[in-house]
Amino acid sequence: MLEVAGISKNFGGVQAARDVGFTVPQGVIASLIGPNGAGKTTLFAMITGFHRPDRGTVRFCGEDITGLSPEAIARRGMVRTFQLVQPFAGQTVRDNIAVGAHLHIASRADALAYAGAVARKVGLGDRLDIDAAALTVAGRKRLEVARALATRPKLILLDEVMAGLNPSEIEAVIPIIRAIRDEGVTVLLIEHVMQAVMSLSEHTWVLNQGEIIAEGTASKVVADPRVIEAYLGKGMAERMRAREAANA
Amino acid sequence: MRSLLLLLAVFIAIAAVPVLIVSEFWLDVVIMTLYAALLGQAWNILGGYGGQFSFGHAAYFGTGAYTVAVLQVQFGVNPWIGLVAGGLTAGAVAAFIGFSTFRYGLRGSYFALVTLAFAEVLRILSNSVDFTGAGVGILIPLERSLANLQFASKTSYFWLIWTMTLAAFLVVWWIGNSRFGARLMAVRDNEEAARALGVDAFRVKMGSIVLSGIFSGLAGVFYAQYLLYLDPSIAYGPAVSIESLLVPIIGGMGTLFGPLLGAAAIHAVSEFTSEVTGDAPGISLAVYGALLVVMVTFMPRGLAGLVTRLGAWRRARPLVAERRHA
Amino acid sequence: MPDLAIIVPSVLNGITTGALYALVALGLTLIYGVLHIINFAHGALLMLGLYAVYYLKARFGIDPYVALLIVPPGMFALGYAVQRGIIGRASHGRDENILLVTLGLAIVIENLSLFFFRSDTRIVDTPYSFETVEILGAFLPLPKLVAFVGAIVTAALLWLIMARTDLGRAIRAVAKEKKGTALVGIDTDHVYATSYGLGIACLGVAACLLLPSYYVNPQVGHGFVLIAFTIVVLGGMGSFVGALIGGFVIGVVEAMGGLFLGESLGQIGIFAIFILVLIFRPTGLLGHKV
Repeated sequence: MLEVAGISKNFGGVQAARDVGFTVPQGVIASLIGPNGAGKTTLFAMITGFHRPDRGTVRFCGEDITGLSPEAIARRGMVRTFQLVQPFAGQTVRDNIAVGAHLHIASRADALAYAGAVARKVGLGDRLDIDAAALTVAGRKRLEVARALATRPKLILLDEVMAGLNPSEIEAVIPIIRAIRDEGVTVLLIEHVMQAVMSLSEHTWVLNQGEIIAEGTASKVVADPRVIEAYLGKGMAERMRAREAANA
Repeated sequence: MRSLLLLLAVFIAIAAVPVLIVSEFWLDVVIMTLYAALLGQAWNILGGYGGQFSFGHAAYFGTGAYTVAVLQVQFGVNPWIGLVAGGLTAGAVAAFIGFSTFRYGLRGSYFALVTLAFAEVLRILSNSVDFTGAGVGILIPLERSLANLQFASKTSYFWLIWTMTLAAFLVVWWIGNSRFGARLMAVRDNEEAARALGVDAFRVKMGSIVLSGIFSGLAGVFYAQYLLYLDPSIAYGPAVSIESLLVPIIGGMGTLFGPLLGAAAIHAVSEFTSEVTGDAPGISLAVYGALLVVMVTFMPRGLAGLVTRLGAWRRARPLVAERRHA
Repeated sequence: MPDLAIIVPSVLNGITTGALYALVALGLTLIYGVLHIINFAHGALLMLGLYAVYYLKARFGIDPYVALLIVPPGMFALGYAVQRGIIGRASHGRDENILLVTLGLAIVIENLSLFFFRSDTRIVDTPYSFETVEILGAFLPLPKLVAFVGAIVTAALLWLIMARTDLGRAIRAVAKEKKGTALVGIDTDHVYATSYGLGIACLGVAACLLLPSYYVNPQVGHGFVLIAFTIVVLGGMGSFVGALIGGFVIGVVEAMGGLFLGESLGQIGIFAIFILVLIFRPTGLLGHKV
């Protein structure tokens, strides 16, 4: 469904992405993990048209979409959310979601009704008429998901929708994401919350310093020494193995 | 739907004015208030709903005014055709300015300054070419008849401006209740997020600047036909640009009724100050400036915001009273 | 094609006029560089400065150049108060709001001046008002040459203040990182108001140097606002050297435009530059720095 090949990007001397390639098949929940500053959000921005890669291609549903505008990509069925939530402040939750719904629904009344339905799916059904700026962090994260979902995407890119939530809030979001996939929407996550990645993700790529250093199931990649080093620093994998051996 | 009914009710009530008021003076005040509401509503489409603050709406106003005047005086074209042409040329100028600024992502203060500069360029041009009468200005010959869009009675001018202003308000009502408007406000509140949801921000902004330009141009046409004289600083000078933004800022940006409240407020203020100070030079404009500072600082949502808050307060009050009894 | 005998004096005249523009633009660029606000009240405040210089001369016989000791400090105080009392309270996080508030201030100042000073155009009469100096065959008014030197000295002084004093360091720190400096205990409101005051003090200097070869009326600021904006944009917002060079460029463009296109159309060159630079190179031709 999404094929990223050979993407590179340089920001004033900083290599944000180096020859990144991966393929997300239809109907899965996949995830992209990696330490802070690894280039995950930049990668999302390049896939969805907010930045143009220096090299490489992005293909979506068999079509080359490299360099298209974000709105053109959203119209083709790939929509992202933002890690730093960006509600339309001053507008109600319903109005916020309706902006997404309008991508395929011309009528105002229909879009508002559809927005209500989507809001119920993500658990915002009781907060439809309050100002989006008045939502809690957890509420705003849900709003991000709802707005994107209202565009009826084929693929949804969720950028850290669980960051900043407490454990019970995370518990509540996990089934929502699973339900999105069950309705036929492919999901690609950027996530720091490993608990969520482990329970949701069928395939995981690990990004470090702009490069993919490992891929596979979540449980496999977290055991990968390169991944441990990326997160915890050089030599850490060695020491952990030594400690395990000593304990055995 | 309720806002549409309220809108129609308000305009029907305004329509009663020429029946009730026989004083030429007061009819003129009402006409100029409607005209200010039209100017302000035109600005509101782009500034209030689109979040793009223009400091140069005179560019569209002046183009509409000069179009109808020049067509009549130089080419003998009927002003009714000039009215349509004025709206269209103003829209075209807006499209040009919009294209050259939005294409390059100009926003905020930069957009404001560039629009101001465009208006200045047009002012200098109209001051330098012959067909506008240059610095001397252009006088539309007095020839009062319906076919000539000039009226002997103020009542007829009233109906002209009433119709134009109602049209602008209906368009803004539509903006508040349509996909176009939802997208426009989304771009205003967060352009990046709107684009991520498939909103073509450039197109939406173009749509709003063209609509805004058309209505500003129509206000210019009305001005030309009502006062029958134009010169570069009347048409393209900063006064019109300032009035255009002052009206919705005082009344409430991004609201349907804001420009009407704002227009009524500034006319009330100017009548009051000229009553008190006896038309001392500068005083009423100084008061406008002070109002602008005060509104932006203390009431960014304008008079309309105040009305909504009062409404909410009155609805909330019984609750408080009940609690006190409990 | 006019020959060199006309072009050279015209260029020199343009440069000296440009120096006056640069003086006005220096304050604007300082205010933009630090506060990131576009001060629409700049022209109106310049007009107030000019009236101050005028009345000091007319009522007390104080020479405009002696007024350099009085007017700039006074303008500093005024600027400090305006920023602290009005502009600083109005932004609500949107820079357009500041633009609106400073526009409102400009309208108030201009129209109150109209009320108090009336619309008459006034000039000061000094012994040197009509003195000229011959340079490369051009006769340049002495006051304009003084202003030319004054602009360069003022730019140098500003640069010194910013680069070498504690105040300058604080201003630069606040310009870069407002929240951080507030955390380390710098009174950001004070620094903002001081910067704005400095920018307005520049207008005081400009007023003293300008009036001997110019005039004052309530609308006099108008002509300067957009020109000063153009210079600031051209030179890079926040750059003193840019403001100087930008001022000279605009002065020459205006003189050449006037020579080839006539007085009124000649101004178009300035606005064309303004629009093109803002659209294509909003950081200015000389880059951005404080």
